[in-house]
Amino acid sequence: MHRVKVRVVEDALDANATIAAANRADFDRAGVTVVNLMSAPGAGKTSVLERVLGDLGGIRVGVLEGDVQGSLDADRLASLHIPVTQLNTDGGFGGECHLDANMVRSALPSLPLEDLDLLVVENVGNLVCPAEFRIGEDVRIMVSSIAEGEDKPLKYPLMFRAAELVLVNKIDLLPHVDFDLDRFLHHLDAVHPGVPHMVMSARTGEGLDAFRDWLVELPARVRREVPA
Amino acid sequence: MHELSVSSAIVDTVVRHAAGRRVTAVEVRLGRLRQVVPTSLAFYFELVSRETVCEGARLDQEVVPARLRCSECAHAWEIDMPHFRCPECESADVNVESGEELEVASIEVEEAECTVSR
Repeated sequence: MHRVKVRVVEDALDANATIAAANRADFDRAGVTVVNLMSAPGAGKTSVLERVLGDLGGIRVGVLEGDVQGSLDADRLASLHIPVTQLNTDGGFGGECHLDANMVRSALPSLPLEDLDLLVVENVGNLVCPAEFRIGEDVRIMVSSIAEGEDKPLKYPLMFRAAELVLVNKIDLLPHVDFDLDRFLHHLDAVHPGVPHMVMSARTGEGLDAFRDWLVELPARVRREVPA
Repeated sequence: MHELSVSSAIVDTVVRHAAGRRVTAVEVRLGRLRQVVPTSLAFYFELVSRETVCEGARLDQEVVPARLRCSECAHAWEIDMPHFRCPECESADVNVESGEELEVASIEVEEAECTVSR
């Protein structure tokens, strides 16, 4: 036996990227725009979706719900009478902390893609790993709740740089927590200059109309950018 | 905390390239912006590589600094903090030249002595 050094030079996430591209091709073929919604646990992803997905005009929406375990979130969204598919990640090493392209691919047969204009994939609550794994989405959106603190863009730049839209949720808590919105936005601009944001409260409904309009317009905007 | 995911991706990549040969060393290049903690990665790599051809392999980690270049004024600089606006002209049109690597650079594998003569 002898040892030889073999040059590899391959991105460790290439395998994921390949499957993500296959997902993307399937989504494009079905004419579905896909949003990857990410946040820390408890930032309000499901609450925001509950408040906006029931009324998207003529846009036919479905949800792929990623969770380590259980179907609590999927059950909440099912009351909106939209297609919701649960994807649990607990088959692996104590439960994966994120969705990857292959997990999403395994869920494709149970999704009614042909009947949808928009698919929202609610990722597992986590501010780190989901930012590393593309799933074939068109757009990545993250929710950051003000209860998490204004320094989060500086601590999790990977996630804040991955997001193409940042939803600043739980703004109704502003009188009760030490959170300086201007300082948060300053940090956000340092980490991801120019990224758009929306300030909202899923609890009171403040600011949700803007996000609902944004979602309604998204499929047409994405299709313009990526001609079929 | 994402070193487990990253080490799994590294091991998968290495196993594919090893094509059944036993791996004795793995060289990875990690950009600063990937927020990978080297000691944590070494710990998870040892764990994830068990019962694969990578079991017991040495993991050599090269951390690549984060270098940015401004598209407006061509200023180039290195960052330690995640500030992505140009410090010279305040432009947001900044390119990441290095620091996003998450790359298996090379592997060292055991091969049987060459027995086939051509």
